Amino acid sequence: MEAVKQELKEKIISVLNLEDVNPEDIKDTDPLFGAGLGLDSIDALELIVMLDKDYGIKLLDPKEGKAIFESIETMAKYISENRTK
Amino acid sequence: MADKNSFIQSWCTIQNNKINLNGETIFESEPTIGFADFAKAAYRNFGWSYPKFFKMDSLSKLAFIAAELLLKDETTNETETDIALVFSNKSSSMDTDVTFQESIATKENYYPSPAVFVYTLPNICMGEISIRHNLKSENSFFIFEKFNPGFLSNYTDVLLSTNRAEKVLCAWVDFYKETYRANFYLVNSTEGLEHNETTIKTLFNT
Repeated sequence: MEAVKQELKEKIISVLNLEDVNPEDIKDTDPLFGAGLGLDSIDALELIVMLDKDYGIKLLDPKEGKAIFESIETMAKYISENRTK
Repeated sequence: MADKNSFIQSWCTIQNNKINLNGETIFESEPTIGFADFAKAAYRNFGWSYPKFFKMDSLSKLAFIAAELLLKDETTNETETDIALVFSNKSSSMDTDVTFQESIATKENYYPSPAVFVYTLPNICMGEISIRHNLKSENSFFIFEKFNPGFLSNYTDVLLSTNRAEKVLCAWVDFYKETYRANFYLVNSTEGLEHNETTIKTLFNT
């Protein structure tokens, strides 16, 4: 689980072009949207594509993303339980 | 025919990893580095703080840099400024269109990127500038075979003479496969260089 969290932080920074953010800047429970990393709706769609491409998880209902993408903690848990690759 | 005088207040060119503002070179990078590194170096050099810049495609980054230099003392976050945008280019958004197409070219690797897709229109760069500078003004993007100062000056004079805008930011902003050029100039109704086709051609060596 810890390895997945670290991997996720690195992937999010790379995929979302968060130029001035380092993995250690992102706390596991920090909100990813709004006050936290300040991600927007396009970033949310990009995370959905990342789940599919890198972990084989298809989110058919984007509304599910709200709970899954709450933080690194929630994302890592969901990925660990549902990944197919 | 326009019945109001118009003037070029300031101008900027970006090409071959070099930025000129009002005829002076204000930033340049090694000609061997790619546009992405050049754009990042320029952003750092000018001390800007706008993380969204790094999410933009190359066309928007190019437009953003030029607009930032010409509008930095013209706009504020608190109040709207009536500066119209009249942009043009040859390659439309083709550079990003190709990137997006490559991401959906095969069934086995079909992962369309939303962040790339949103830049598959050339006028998105005007949206980025409008958001950054709090502009809710007239804007138009034209596709021409080459830089067309005559058309742009006529269009700009109509906007000013019909009070559709207080100022107009005009641009040729073209990017395709690492070949790029930005010719930007800001037009007002009060003072500066005489705004006409001849002046524009002289400023931008066309």
